[in-house]
Amino acid sequence: MIAALICVVSIAALLQFFISYARSIIAAYGKSALSDQVREVAGISGDILHGEQFARLLQLVRLCPQKGDDQGDLSVVQSYYRLMGVFKALGRALSPTLSRWAEHERVNCVYFAAVALDRRIAYSRALLAQQMASQ
Amino acid sequence: MLGPLDYLITALSFLAELYVVLCLCVSKKAIRYISLNFYMFAAAAATAGQVYTLQHFGIRSQMYGYVYYYTDALLTISLFFVIMSFYQQVFQQMGVGKYVRLASILLLSATALFSYLVVRRIPSHHLTNRFVVEMSQNLYFVGVVLTYLLWGAVVKLRETRTRLIQLVLALGIFFSSDAAGYALRNLYPSLEANFLKWVPPIAGTFLPLAWAYTFTKVSEDARLETARVTRRAPASTIAAHQHS
Repeated sequence: MIAALICVVSIAALLQFFISYARSIIAAYGKSALSDQVREVAGISGDILHGEQFARLLQLVRLCPQKGDDQGDLSVVQSYYRLMGVFKALGRALSPTLSRWAEHERVNCVYFAAVALDRRIAYSRALLAQQMASQ
Repeated sequence: MLGPLDYLITALSFLAELYVVLCLCVSKKAIRYISLNFYMFAAAAATAGQVYTLQHFGIRSQMYGYVYYYTDALLTISLFFVIMSFYQQVFQQMGVGKYVRLASILLLSATALFSYLVVRRIPSHHLTNRFVVEMSQNLYFVGVVLTYLLWGAVVKLRETRTRLIQLVLALGIFFSSDAAGYALRNLYPSLEANFLKWVPPIAGTFLPLAWAYTFTKVSEDARLETARVTRRAPASTIAAHQHS
């Protein structure tokens, strides 16, 4: 009985801690605005983002040379995105509010990935400029 | 016999623990985070000790079992001091540090006593082993409760230090995953062989990695609105942050 109680409470706490941890990472990226260049590269038109764009953005991020400081963030947010996918599917069956909230979080993940891509593109450009200057 | 994945996780954990110790010493923050630094150093020493025992006595030996569970229990207790130091940082301006210390020590003693009372009724020569598993589950759960209360205080007091927020949340993930793992192990012992045996090493690697990451990437001056981490934004704001 005690073990069951501990199990339920711990899993609920784990979910809440993980969601807050992922959101603390996403929030740090949310302060940056997206450049026109990344919008063009990622095929983002207008201001509306969709949760389904995450996988494509992640593929683009992985194609860019990495600066080495966002790999951990990417892993955490990718796990968070997957979790929100599960919540969205659960929400469809149980509660539309949960489904809407999960979709909102997935959109935040997309924005995070777009900012990460933006930073990597800027880094690649800086690297290229550095190489051109040294030649 | 351990596989390559076990050794990889152990090595990763050991390196991350040493990295945190070095990082804090180099950045001259070792005193500010003294309990965290001590915990990381002790965790690295415990990992080395466990590997040594494993090599000399084998994974099924009683010696390895004792070393594993007792170092784990001692590390968890030392992690309570880390929680206390976080409480002190959060309540710095309110001057309630000594009450926090007293409450934590009382809670820790009550946990040990409760665990002992639970297993005292079991007439077995495996009493000590049973005690350690039972106590680990309860210690981790007390850790979950303490960290959850700490997180509540962080949110309520609108703490904005990003570093502290991330350190606390990583600790919460560690404690809750381990507590859930031990509780599931008590409920379904058959799950241990395939699934639950991975929970403690993965959680034990996540914590030093997350802390190493926080100390490297998040500066002491970085600030974050707690509301951005906790609030449930309405669906109508889906694209709002793109305009801000």
